[in-house]
Amino acid sequence: MTPILSISGLAKRFGGVTATDSLSLDILPGEIHAIIGPNGAGKTTLIGQLSGEIAPDAGTIRFKDADITRLPVHRRALRGLARSFQITSVLRGFTACENVMLAVQAHAGHSFRFWQPAATQAALRDPALAMLARVGLAGRADVPAADLAHGEQRQLEIAMALAGRPDLLLLDEPMAGMGPEESARMTGLLAGLKASHSILLVEHDMDAVFRLADRITVLVYGRAIATGTPDAIRADAAVRQAYLGGEA
Amino acid sequence: MLDILRRIVLWGGLALLCLLPMLAEALGEGFYITMMNRVLILALAAMSLNLILGYGGMVSFGHAAYLGIGAYTVGILAYHSDAWFGTESAFIALPAAMLVAAILALAIGAISLRTSGVYFIMITLAFAQMVYFFFVSQQEYGGMDGMQMWSRSDAGPIDLSDNASFYYVVLGLLLVLLYAKYRLVRSRFGLVLRGIRENERRMKALGFPTYRYKLVAFVISGAVAGLAGAMMANLSEFVSPSLLHWTRSGEMMVMVILGGMGTIAGPILGALAFLVLEDVLSEITQHWMIVLGPLLILIVLVARRGLYGLLDPKGEPK
Amino acid sequence: MTLLLFVEQVLNGLQLGVMLFLMAAGMTLVFGIMGLINLAHGSLYMIGAYVAATVQQATGSFLVGLLVALPVAALVGMAVEMIALRRLYPRDHLDQVLATFGLILFFNELVKIVWGPQAYFMAMPDMLSGSVDIIPGIPYPAYRLAIVATGLAVAILLYLLITRTRIGMLIRAGATNREMVNALGVNVDRLYTIVFGLGAALAALAGIMAGPILALEVGMGESILILTFVVVVIGGIGSVRGAFVAALLVGIADTFGRVLLPPAIAEMTIYILMAAILVWRPQGLFPAHA
Repeated sequence: MTPILSISGLAKRFGGVTATDSLSLDILPGEIHAIIGPNGAGKTTLIGQLSGEIAPDAGTIRFKDADITRLPVHRRALRGLARSFQITSVLRGFTACENVMLAVQAHAGHSFRFWQPAATQAALRDPALAMLARVGLAGRADVPAADLAHGEQRQLEIAMALAGRPDLLLLDEPMAGMGPEESARMTGLLAGLKASHSILLVEHDMDAVFRLADRITVLVYGRAIATGTPDAIRADAAVRQAYLGGEA
Repeated sequence: MLDILRRIVLWGGLALLCLLPMLAEALGEGFYITMMNRVLILALAAMSLNLILGYGGMVSFGHAAYLGIGAYTVGILAYHSDAWFGTESAFIALPAAMLVAAILALAIGAISLRTSGVYFIMITLAFAQMVYFFFVSQQEYGGMDGMQMWSRSDAGPIDLSDNASFYYVVLGLLLVLLYAKYRLVRSRFGLVLRGIRENERRMKALGFPTYRYKLVAFVISGAVAGLAGAMMANLSEFVSPSLLHWTRSGEMMVMVILGGMGTIAGPILGALAFLVLEDVLSEITQHWMIVLGPLLILIVLVARRGLYGLLDPKGEPK
Repeated sequence: MTLLLFVEQVLNGLQLGVMLFLMAAGMTLVFGIMGLINLAHGSLYMIGAYVAATVQQATGSFLVGLLVALPVAALVGMAVEMIALRRLYPRDHLDQVLATFGLILFFNELVKIVWGPQAYFMAMPDMLSGSVDIIPGIPYPAYRLAIVATGLAVAILLYLLITRTRIGMLIRAGATNREMVNALGVNVDRLYTIVFGLGAALAALAGIMAGPILALEVGMGESILILTFVVVVIGGIGSVRGAFVAALLVGIADTFGRVLLPPAIAEMTIYILMAAILVWRPQGLFPAHA
């Protein structure tokens, strides 16, 4: 199977700190690929480089058979690479529906349309409502994003990411700050996306990771020390040594 | 309750604006027409700034540049009225002022918008200073002293030299542009612009080339400020670098904040309040700035949402 | 250009450069540490000059004027910081711009009330009123040389203060990581007030030194304020080193622009320089937070 995303030789240093160390990684179509690793392993830097906010020092990133290493953030998004943020990043002054409408709008050609009111346009609103329903926010469309509960805001993030019909989702700790109940709901939501999307998942919640992921890559000091199925990772001596430690 | 109050204030205010010349005539206070002409023109300028400041989150500290270049465009075209390119026609001079201001905004915006935050504030200010010094050094157009125009622009059937007619032209322009702005901020473009103000990083990640949208808003804003400048030149029949002085940019910002940022009617309230305040305070003391300064600090510290905010405490930007 | 003219212009450029550095150092520190954009920085420059001129007139001594004006300006700066500006640190830049714009209006009017609207002149200290041969046979005003020397000396002192002392360590820590200073258990409020007072004194020093060369007038602070912005932006906001390099660059560019270019463009030299540098490096030459 040709990978949908292929990272090779990626490297990034900040001053004396190596955040990404000649990292190579493939994400296959339809898989949930989790990236785990202790704090400071370079997970967030990796997401930054994949989404285009951080320029790597070396290496290439190929997405759907095209080199995107130097593409700006918005071009990657338009090609079908959507992301969510570690710190909830919805537009707080907008309603839930407007948030998703903007995401739909981003993929509906240019927005240099200055006259017709956007709020009532069915071409934006219908897909947005559908997407909200899909993530379980059907009844909350007209609530300002700032008034949504934390877990709901995270669901909204997913809806915004899905609205552009992406081929690959980069999810940066989607369960951060969630209680067990909210976590369970998010796990269910992500499991449901599996059939239609490839997902690169950075997550600290190990229960969720081992339940969801098809493959797991363990990152330590910017380097991939192991990649494999959850079972293989569980059994991997190097991983237990470096990361899972006494837990396993 | 407040909703009704707001309606009363807005519609009542509008009716008052429409009837003002007749009222002033009846009271024998022609002075009010001139004063209100200034208010409306500054409201137009403040409104243009509000588009990028209030809706786009771009803190431009150099808006006087577009006001000034609009005024100079009218002045210079009139000065050369004997030459092939000179004209006193409002139908050419006003669009020309908007065009020149738009081109200037395009050049300044293209560079300034590469930066953000404090850099953006300082750079827009510095560019406006550059334009200021440019006109200070133009001896042919009066240098520091500026230049007198022979008359107001010629608007065909409308006699701009009559203060009341002039007033209705300005009011008409203001209302048309207010309505245009009302539509614009609700359009797809406006949604993107407001989204960028809220969270530009997010907007990029959604797939918006934010730089382009900001630049277009910046240029529209510059063009409208240029129109305000053109009307300002016509009102006083005089253009000088003082229109471009950096304190003008500061005053425009004050008007926007005073009225209520990111609201449709705010800039009008702000311009009105600013000029009335100036008028009232300068009656009391010639050193009225010594009151205005601390007052401004106080407004920033406690009444952040402006006058419009008093009418609309819910805080939804309209 | 003859060698004579060249050397003269380099010195003139340095003189403008060090003055701008004194202004920019305070502004960039205040921004780097407190996150405050202070438009009223130019007002402290103006206050320094007016106070020094008044004391000088009363006592006949430039030095006494200088020694009185520096602490006065520092105290005014610290008072303003404690009364108003402190509340603005957590606010966004727009609020800071507006409130400090209000401060400018206040101080300008205050000076107008106290000293009157007419321009004021300050005498040069007698000792420095002559000229010195920089190259045998080429005289240059001693006072202007003294400005360059003072400016460079202050730059070195500031460098030592920042790199070698405890307070300098805190300043550096504050410029890169505000939470860290908090975590060190330092009285942050007091640190901020001190930094502000230091910046005010530096601005006043620039104003006092400029006094005998330029006329003192209301609004003198704003013309240099905007040049200072250009310097701070070119140097990279928050970077004292960047401010130094950029100040000299701007000083030299402006001086040579006036000699070499037609007047209409000469006034714009430094703005063009700024635009060019920003196209190349949007965060300035030495971005402090990168």
